[in-house]
Amino acid sequence: MRLTQGTFSFLPELSDEQIGAQVEYCLTRGWALSIEVTDDPHPRNTYWEMYGEPMFDLHDAAGVLMELASARATFPDHYIRINAFDSTQGWETVRLSFIVNRPAEEPGFELIRQEVEGRHLRYTLRSYATSRPEGERYP
Amino acid sequence: MTTATDGPAPLEAADRYRAGVLKYAQMGYWAPDYEPRATDVLALFRITPQDGVDPEEAAAAVSGESSTATWTVVWTDRLTAADTYRAKAYKVEPVPNSPDQFFAYIAYDLDLFEPGSIANLTASIIGNVFGFKPLKALRLEDMRFPVAYVKTFDGPPTGIVVERERLDKFGRPLLGATIKPKLGLSSRNYGRVVYEALRGGLDFTKDDENINSQPFMHWRDRFLSCMEAVNRASAATGEVKGHYLNVTAGTMEDIYERAEFARDLGSVVIMIDLVIGYAAIQSISKWARRNDMVLHLHRAGASTYTRQKSHGISFRVIAKWMRLAGVDHIHAGTVVGKLEGDPDMIAGFYDILREPINPVDLRHGIYFEQDWASMRKVMPVASGGIHAGQMHQLLTYLGDDVILQFGGGTIGHPMGIQAGATANRVALEAMVLARNEGRDIWNEGPDILAAAARDCSPLRAALDTWGEITFDYTSTDTPDYVPTSTPS
Repeated sequence: MRLTQGTFSFLPELSDEQIGAQVEYCLTRGWALSIEVTDDPHPRNTYWEMYGEPMFDLHDAAGVLMELASARATFPDHYIRINAFDSTQGWETVRLSFIVNRPAEEPGFELIRQEVEGRHLRYTLRSYATSRPEGERYP
Repeated sequence: MTTATDGPAPLEAADRYRAGVLKYAQMGYWAPDYEPRATDVLALFRITPQDGVDPEEAAAAVSGESSTATWTVVWTDRLTAADTYRAKAYKVEPVPNSPDQFFAYIAYDLDLFEPGSIANLTASIIGNVFGFKPLKALRLEDMRFPVAYVKTFDGPPTGIVVERERLDKFGRPLLGATIKPKLGLSSRNYGRVVYEALRGGLDFTKDDENINSQPFMHWRDRFLSCMEAVNRASAATGEVKGHYLNVTAGTMEDIYERAEFARDLGSVVIMIDLVIGYAAIQSISKWARRNDMVLHLHRAGASTYTRQKSHGISFRVIAKWMRLAGVDHIHAGTVVGKLEGDPDMIAGFYDILREPINPVDLRHGIYFEQDWASMRKVMPVASGGIHAGQMHQLLTYLGDDVILQFGGGTIGHPMGIQAGATANRVALEAMVLARNEGRDIWNEGPDILAAAARDCSPLRAALDTWGEITFDYTSTDTPDYVPTSTPS
């Protein structure tokens, strides 16, 4: 399967040049970029591991791409996403988030159905990858 | 231009309260010297007086009938702080290019309204006056709510920010589709359409306004089938997905029962129709807040009173009432689709739903500054006759915080429903990417779509099928200050 979280997952993988253009877009709006990494891509896993702190004082896309290169070298088989955070009052949230690295094999999710009263089912999503311990999930 | 000297002079108290009939203006409802207070509720009406009725008297009549007045003098006014409770028409202006119409500005003291009740607010403002004989027609154009009154409402239970965080979807419009045909499918087949559309790339699917519980599909069956589809699609994509389960029913008890079943099945969103009424909307909004539920509102019935310029209520007022009443989504126009929508008017509606403060903007039909006092934002929904080939126009007109609903444009795709959904998602992501790169999507849009379609045969097929379809009709609800026509 292909995990389609993030703003651009239906497009071909973005080149570094394309990633840089998106970063520029965020910087011109005053949004802070950050890089996050996970090997547990469950859709409700909000807190991916932070690869360093948000780059509040960075005003150059090249710096973000350097951090990304470093993250990719450390975690070549993890999901990596770039987030842009807007601290404007009334937003104070992520405004853009897109995946920039993914494992070669994406095993996807099992849908577990628990039959309960009537025809009612309780649904649980389980990532096949998380049956192995953190850090050993993708070859 | 009407000036203050045109109105009749105020009467002394003894004459004012002598039994009999006075003109409304003489009763104090026309007050051209009145300076609206920051705590007043303000309303702007478009009035069309009967022949021979002067505009100040017509404005005073609207002011009186929407506040304290009746048709004759009553001495019991003197037992009250009548001068405070009397609404005051403080300005009358001719409507540009409409010789028989006038804008009447009216101020209401805050004490006239029960806190946190749209039902009470509307019972005053639109309760009696619309059938009033001295007027040929009457339209409520805009309202201003003081912060003190805004703060008595809970507002949207979720809001744009928290909805996006809950869905884990940022930086682009959300995509939806209404299941078609809207009537007649069995629950099993209905769920199939939901699954295909979500699996193909949509974020949401939607019940239509009139899908409740009919012989061909009872509501519990629909909820069960839809949630199976939602969860299957979520597992297949790793994304949070949702289907707006319409909980509209004949009674509030039934509405709650349906909402609770949707919650127990794990749905992230429920849906109601505007026709359930303002009190019912506020009730289910409180329920949604207690149950972490996104609340979608379909504006069923709104066009009966919003569309014609001379009589009724502007949709911008409905949008304000619904932000106060507390819904998370509301259908607010597409500009380019099959339903009524002038671009300037719709820009105004979207600003009302999404912005923290609305400055006066006559071109967009916003006549009062409105401070929303940090009330959560409502996600507008663009639905009706839109397709992937219009993506550059939709993104330009409507921005990122909107749900684009492609019903026919998904389900009618020649390669199937999944392909239809994929075409829309690819077109959207390609357009957002290009816009963020600084490209001129308004002019380069068709080229951007054609380039994206080279990697995506469903998008190519969508463009081949619908690329040329437009709905080019003149709008009826248009700005009074800048004439425009609906673009194709």
